[in-house]
Amino acid sequence: MRRSLEKIIVILSYASSVMTIMIFSVFLWFLISRGYTTLNLKLLFGNVSPYGAIFKGIPVWDGVWPALVGTTFLVFISCAIAVPVGISAGIFLAEYATTSRWRSFINFAVDLLAGMPSIVMGLFGFAMIMLLRSSLLPEATTCLLLASICIALLVLPYLIRTTQAALETLPAALRLTGVSMGFTKWQNIFRVLLPYASRGILSGVILAIGRAAEDTAVILLTGVVANSGLPGSLTDKFEALPFSIYYLAAEHRTAEELNRGFGSALLLLILTAVLFQIAYWFHGRISKGSR
Amino acid sequence: MDTYRCLNDTRKGLVETLIESWLFVAAMISAIAVGAILFFLIYFAWPIFHEDHLWKLLSWYWRPFQDQFGILPMVAGSVLLGISSMLLAYPMGIGVCCCVYGLGPRWLSGLTLMIVRIMTSVPTVVYGFVSVFLLVPFLREFFYHGSGFSWLAATLTLSLLVLPTVTLIVNAQFELFDPEIRLATTALGFSPIKQLIWVVIPASYKGLLAAAVLGFGRAVGDTIISLMVSGNSPQFPHSMLDSIRTLTAHVALVVSTEAGSMAYNSLFAAGIMLFGVSALVNGALRFIRAGSE
Repeated sequence: MRRSLEKIIVILSYASSVMTIMIFSVFLWFLISRGYTTLNLKLLFGNVSPYGAIFKGIPVWDGVWPALVGTTFLVFISCAIAVPVGISAGIFLAEYATTSRWRSFINFAVDLLAGMPSIVMGLFGFAMIMLLRSSLLPEATTCLLLASICIALLVLPYLIRTTQAALETLPAALRLTGVSMGFTKWQNIFRVLLPYASRGILSGVILAIGRAAEDTAVILLTGVVANSGLPGSLTDKFEALPFSIYYLAAEHRTAEELNRGFGSALLLLILTAVLFQIAYWFHGRISKGSR
Repeated sequence: MDTYRCLNDTRKGLVETLIESWLFVAAMISAIAVGAILFFLIYFAWPIFHEDHLWKLLSWYWRPFQDQFGILPMVAGSVLLGISSMLLAYPMGIGVCCCVYGLGPRWLSGLTLMIVRIMTSVPTVVYGFVSVFLLVPFLREFFYHGSGFSWLAATLTLSLLVLPTVTLIVNAQFELFDPEIRLATTALGFSPIKQLIWVVIPASYKGLLAAAVLGFGRAVGDTIISLMVSGNSPQFPHSMLDSIRTLTAHVALVVSTEAGSMAYNSLFAAGIMLFGVSALVNGALRFIRAGSE
């Protein structure tokens, strides 16, 4: 009985490892073999010249350039909102929240926010617009700004937790040196602790960028469309890379559009994989350094 | 940080006070956001609690054009899909961790861990996309049943998404294990497999539990994979090859088709249920962690 249990576990563990490697290789091989031929400037700009699309604003209808720009805007605006708030909240939790009641209350809220399905965040944005329409602004629609706010809420917990962890793992001596030389608490945080924690905080920011770039469920409910061109203002509809992948999977009409889907999927995968690996690399260097 | 609390209070200027208030406000924004989300969901779902609306929601039929707005098929879909993908991903994740702990050769476990880390960075929409063009046609050809967009397809794809969650949590728990105990058990003659069965797994049951809860939460909370490959028919599945619709996919579909106010009620009812699931997952994790301190 015991021997067979041992055998089962050994077989299970080998099988799981080998299966994981095999399945992921098939996944990657399929995506690369179908996508790599399309990874060129034509994927981005279609039949428009890159110069014309970037500098003269010639609209691109058969390339993913508008989606890439839309995603970039989305990432920038949502990070412009979330990064200052997230880092400040992380500093508060690590350095100021000394009364345990505030600390546990805010911790609880951050945990809840972190565990929230992204579609609920999108539904929240959708509900805000419904309320605005029925009250103050009858013309309000879902738009780039709304999507950015909802994405900001989605990535906020990552920023808070990485900042908090980066500060809390600093050696105690560092906290005492500055203060013993006459720094006030904030001076010490700003001049001594934050520079030391900057790597960890940066890894959080990169992680947040990756999450903001890949999420599809939030923007699905808050204003992404398939063909809008470049967004002109914050209240415009927009295109985004993950959404165009989703859209092309269901609505492709020609083989060329399908190939564009494969190209976009590979492009997004490379983008997020690079971002996440940089973030992990930073993070790994910290934990090695503090040991 | 308490060591220098006594020092700084006397010299705190106006700027410093302002900065501290801002930090406090920033920290409160998460709490305000959670409160606002809950408020909006309840505000818009309020009409549900009108009696005949509630009965309409609690039925097995979703036919918006015949005035039937049952949400139960979607609840069943979410729960079934969450359980089935965990049934696949959970043993696999633990298997990988056992392999890493010492059952497998070093090169195999190193490679697997590396791949699991890379898997965390794959966007869900890319999994969905590849599944639509690789897994779904395969299932269609292999089983000769329906379109291939099915509970089974969603299960297989979703288990790829939750596998890294399970593996990394359990592995972190295994790594916490004191190397001295490892040495001691080895000296007592325990082979790696015996260590795992009699010492490591029993001692890290809390990490195992946390991984199960968190993995289930992720599986239920995912939208894009179930939306893309599960077929989205609002029905109770009779086999793994039938199409299902989850709560998350239901939200996305109703928003994009706009079918009147009663449909919106079901939208926010689904939202409240998803909020409830994530709150429960959170509570369970706190409970598990509190026990360990």
